[in-house]
Amino acid sequence: MVPVSYFLILSAALFGLGVMGFVFKRNIITLFMCIEVMLNAVNLSFVAFSRMLGELDGQVFVFFVIVVAAAEAAVGLAIVILIARNRKSLNVERVDSMKL
Amino acid sequence: MFILSHLWIIPALPLLGAALNGLLGRHWPRRATNIVALGSTGLALLATVEAVREFFVIGPGYWPWTQNYFTWIAAGTFRADFAMQIDQLTIVMLLVVTFVGWLIHIYSTGYMKEDAGYVRFFAYLNLFMFFMLILVLASNYLVMFVGWEGVGLSSYLLIGFFFRKNSATNAGNKAFWVNRIGDFGFLIALFLMFRTFGTLDFAGVFGQAAANYSPDLAGHGVLTAIALLLFVGATGKSAQLPLYVWLPDAMEGPTPVSALIHAATMVTAGVYMVARSHVIFSLAPVAMTVVAVIGLVTAFFAATIALVQNDIKKVLAYSTVSQLGYMFLGLGVGAFSAGIFHLMTHAFFKGLLFLGAGSVIHAMSGEQDLRKMGGLRKKIPWTYWTMLMATLAIAGAPGFSGFFSKDAILNAIGGPNGIYLWGLGVLTAGLTAFYMFRMFFLTFHGRPRFDEHKVHVHESPKSMLVPLAVLAVLSVVGGWWAAPELFHGDNLFDHFLYPVFSPQVGSPAAGTPNAFWYAIGRGDATLNYQQTLEFMAAATGVALIGFLIAWWFYLRKPDIPKRLATSLSGPYRLLAGKYFVDELYAAVIVRPLVWLSTNFLWHAVDEGAIDGTVNGVGEAAQESGGILRRVYSGNVRSYATWVVIGAVVITTFLIWMAH
Repeated sequence: MVPVSYFLILSAALFGLGVMGFVFKRNIITLFMCIEVMLNAVNLSFVAFSRMLGELDGQVFVFFVIVVAAAEAAVGLAIVILIARNRKSLNVERVDSMKL
Repeated sequence: MFILSHLWIIPALPLLGAALNGLLGRHWPRRATNIVALGSTGLALLATVEAVREFFVIGPGYWPWTQNYFTWIAAGTFRADFAMQIDQLTIVMLLVVTFVGWLIHIYSTGYMKEDAGYVRFFAYLNLFMFFMLILVLASNYLVMFVGWEGVGLSSYLLIGFFFRKNSATNAGNKAFWVNRIGDFGFLIALFLMFRTFGTLDFAGVFGQAAANYSPDLAGHGVLTAIALLLFVGATGKSAQLPLYVWLPDAMEGPTPVSALIHAATMVTAGVYMVARSHVIFSLAPVAMTVVAVIGLVTAFFAATIALVQNDIKKVLAYSTVSQLGYMFLGLGVGAFSAGIFHLMTHAFFKGLLFLGAGSVIHAMSGEQDLRKMGGLRKKIPWTYWTMLMATLAIAGAPGFSGFFSKDAILNAIGGPNGIYLWGLGVLTAGLTAFYMFRMFFLTFHGRPRFDEHKVHVHESPKSMLVPLAVLAVLSVVGGWWAAPELFHGDNLFDHFLYPVFSPQVGSPAAGTPNAFWYAIGRGDATLNYQQTLEFMAAATGVALIGFLIAWWFYLRKPDIPKRLATSLSGPYRLLAGKYFVDELYAAVIVRPLVWLSTNFLWHAVDEGAIDGTVNGVGEAAQESGGILRRVYSGNVRSYATWVVIGAVVITTFLIWMAH
């Protein structure tokens, strides 16, 4: 059996990639995908722990996260489309009109 | 016994009138305002009369009658009830306040007719009646204090009634501030009283003061201190030295107000309060001496100022201060009922004098300067004759009310060793006769000193003349209570108040002579019949001399006063300048206080410390915000970076903690 630490290391690596992508990329779609990567990294560790402990709680959590991610994708993409239409650009650095 | 168990109705009626007129009066026709204002005070008068009837029906076993309505304040051992009481002293005050008050309400409907603030005036006047009735009906010092402050408030509102006039608002403020000093003394007296006796109820305080009386207590001076502090309150409200300065200025108010508040009722509240506290005062001989001396000095001092005033209302104002001094003199020498007697007759004749002066001012279309009057006798005969009655009464002409009440006071001090006090009192009576007749002659006799083509002198309407006539009758007969004394009889007024002021009521000194008599060396000797007549005759003679001098100066040789004013220019200027007391207070108290307030309290404490702290906190928040807001770049990725850094820091910290 694969030890749980392997899964956790993979999960951490995925999460780190998501964070790096979120911080360094400028395209909103890319940022969005990075968030998905982070969410799924967390899902992975949930499942790993669930299996290690032999309980289903972690898997139930994963379903919640997937639902939230789907909802987020729906709302988020709508926002992205509006931004794209209004600003003719997907560069996140241009979206700073709240700044003083 | 309906009214007796519902004594609160008596003050509640004027309060209702004030509320109705004050809140709704603007939308009403004037007739409705009149009905509410006169109706509420008239009903209060009827209720008072009924209460007096019931009081005598229940009989002496229930005197003084006390009614407790609810517990007002209960805190720790302190307990104050909203309670009212009625006894003979209260009855005198109630009748004077409601009856004179009602007459003056009637008079005001005529006098204030042209005024735009008609409704406001009556609302205030009713409010005053409410507080005054609370004051006299109270059965503990705290409820009394409510009335005490309330009449001060109404007085302030009514002095500043013509609020577009700067002098009126200033006079109102002056009255309010000067009264604060007196009220402060009153309040301290209440604290001290509570600390000493544990209660503020009249019955409790007087009972304990009398029961626990010992020379020791007197030696520690607690009672003396309480009495003196109460008297400080009385000097403020009743315009005695050194706090009398507000009353002459209070003449800025409408004349009916001067008559009701600043002559007949409110200013006598101090006299009433001292008389009410007579148990405490008679156990504190030092305080009694102070009361008597202050009263006498004030009486003389104010009378001398009144000699040279040219404003008809100012003459009457100083005369009021002087007469109040007489009342305190009476109280101070232990002749409490004589003081209250003079209070009552004074309410009649001084109320009448002010109303008459109002009628004169009305006739002259607003002129108040005696130098611009003269010869009004034929033109306003009703005012002339009623004023004559009042002037005779205050001058002490035999048979008139003032004669009996003033002589009751003077005879109380008369005696082998009180002769100097008596002499000064009688001299003041002579001055009173002089300045009153001076005012009278200057107003009504001689040649008119105004332009008769410009000023159309006219008699006042009936609504003003009827109160004048009623008060004129009372100014004559109001003192006849004491008349039997002249024929070997009793003073019926003394007799009436005996249950309140008798030495047995709570006084341990029952049967022992008044300490004050010994302080002035009179012993407990009272005047016998023969001496009473002699003293009365002497006082009357001096008053007659005053009258004759006034007659000589102002009718026979009108140029004498002018020559005297130039030849004695020093004393004349001193008197005309009112001894420059206002200027003295301004220099010694007001200006240093203003300087201190401006430079220290305002600029240093308020602007520097308080505003500095508040603004400093605000500025600090703004400054730090200005620095911190740079963190919020508006760039989503930078926020994410901060989140990551935070997460890394917290995670590191947790791991480090775990090891």
